[in-house]
Amino acid sequence: MKSYINARSVIVVLVALGLVLLPAYSALTGDIFILTLFTRIVIFALAAASLNLIMGYGGMMSFGHAAYLGIGGYAVGILAHEGIGSGFIQWPVALAVSALYALVIGALSLRTRGVYFIMITLAFAQMAYYIASGLSRYGGDDGLTIYKRSTFGGLIDLSNRVQFYYLCLFCLFGGVFLIWRIVNSRFGLVVQGVRSNEQRMQAIGFHANRYRLVCFVISGTICGLAGALLANNTDFISPAGMYWTRSGELMVMVVFGGMGSLFGPVLGTIVFLLLEELLSQFTEYWALIMGPLLLLIVLFARGGIMGLLGRFSRG
Amino acid sequence: MLVLVEQSLNGLQFGLLLFLLAAGLTLVFGIMDFVNLAHGSLYMMGAYFAATFVAWTNSFVLGILLALGATLLLGILLEFIALRHLYGRDHLDQVLATFGLILFFNDAVRLIWGPAGLSLPLPAWLTVPVQIVPGVFYPAYRLSIIVVALAVAALLYIVVMRTRIGMLIRAGASNREMIGALGINIKLLFTLVFGLGAALAGLAGLMQAPILTVQIGMGENILILAFVIIVIGGIGSIRGAFMAAIFVGMIDTLGRAFLPDLLRTVLSSAAASTAAPALSSMLIYLLMAIVLVVRPEGLFPAAKR
Repeated sequence: MKSYINARSVIVVLVALGLVLLPAYSALTGDIFILTLFTRIVIFALAAASLNLIMGYGGMMSFGHAAYLGIGGYAVGILAHEGIGSGFIQWPVALAVSALYALVIGALSLRTRGVYFIMITLAFAQMAYYIASGLSRYGGDDGLTIYKRSTFGGLIDLSNRVQFYYLCLFCLFGGVFLIWRIVNSRFGLVVQGVRSNEQRMQAIGFHANRYRLVCFVISGTICGLAGALLANNTDFISPAGMYWTRSGELMVMVVFGGMGSLFGPVLGTIVFLLLEELLSQFTEYWALIMGPLLLLIVLFARGGIMGLLGRFSRG
Repeated sequence: MLVLVEQSLNGLQFGLLLFLLAAGLTLVFGIMDFVNLAHGSLYMMGAYFAATFVAWTNSFVLGILLALGATLLLGILLEFIALRHLYGRDHLDQVLATFGLILFFNDAVRLIWGPAGLSLPLPAWLTVPVQIVPGVFYPAYRLSIIVVALAVAALLYIVVMRTRIGMLIRAGASNREMIGALGINIKLLFTLVFGLGAALAGLAGLMQAPILTVQIGMGENILILAFVIIVIGGIGSIRGAFMAAIFVGMIDTLGRAFLPDLLRTVLSSAAASTAAPALSSMLIYLLMAIVLVVRPEGLFPAAKR
């Protein structure tokens, strides 16, 4: 029988517990900054988890995931700007537009493989970036300030730090749970089967690309949700957040934690953003250390943090 | 009509510049199967080296030559220290490692040269307008970019198609294991090709430097354009990169120049001036998407050479 008590699961449970108890710690110590920091981390963890669904399990290296953060964010921002403040309208719209975008670019991109796939997803994301830059009614290059966060009819108050944090955390746990259910379903097994041997899955009679596309759309939709959260967190949305380097950072978070493991991207995001915060307190030139560190991780720590923990628990 | 000639020349000049960048990228990609996101950083370093050396030596030509050498050395050093360990890894690993290098180079430049951009002033003999046909004047410096880039393209063609090194490079592009099996020092060949790619990127950067401000992150925008070009042209194909670069340079420049007027004929003036900038920036990505949908391997796939 498989043992469930190992370094990996212990760390995952501890981290999850820590995330749940964080507002209590913040209230006790009066450290508000840590709550702000972790709200951001939790949102990015959701985005990284969504990317991991197609990258880690589906073998689709999307280099354009920042586009969904932007699309989800702009849906919230534009509706707020036009006077529609209800989250019950804003958020479903954000999800629907992200899903639609994913459906269109997924259908086109999935005609290609490998590096061509990386590049075409990148190109589409750049197109979204330029469209956002051209929205002169909504700030164009300068971005759009969101003066009022989404309202939920008095159910939750997003301007309350703790309530907003718990909403983000709820979305993260919900997202990871959904991904877990998908990955272990028949559908998820087909997607993973296509990753390891497309010809064989085709021969058995599965339409490989249909499964891939559905997976791609689900991933994009979850990332769109992260975008809606992020826009509410920063009260601001701009094309800069959709630039291709943001997509690169999301990829880094996934691989940092361990691609194709359920909690890997969450751990990866926490470590990456904490490290960024820590290094930037230590020196203004944090990327000078972060850059080579990334190189070293790629060279020597394959499988990311989850891989290291796995090696550790095997003794 | 005059505007059309001038803009076409601008498009050609931009296209040739993009070719220099894309040629290095596609050589490294085609031969070593290596995705180098840091190629844009080498372009940036070329520009910074040029601005620095020209100021030090007080000579435009000497400074440029020193900058070219420095970028070549930097490329070889980079390959030797870090990148050679990444050959044979999957593309994702390479994307991440070289993404780390981008972060490193951007901050290293900020540390050494400061956050403000540099400028590279042109010597007087390159600022005069040249009459190319009666009545049409074109800046001498832009003209010299066209000449230098065409010369480098021709040289590259001769080296790749007519020399022994070029034969090995082409053999490496179509079958890496085979030339290793023939007893060729593949490590040295790779280092050499990488250095060549770096020097080409540096050349593109230092030639662009007097036209634009030399600034942090300047390589990132143009790197994506170079990727678009090699994907349109077909990865590993120099000829494809050349055709696609000229094509992309033309479309981008002419789109920016004439799209607003073109749109005004079908849309209201206000709508046209809103849509035109975004649409003209998107044109080449649109082009790439169409090419990939119709021909997923690019227009001139290397294998069919």
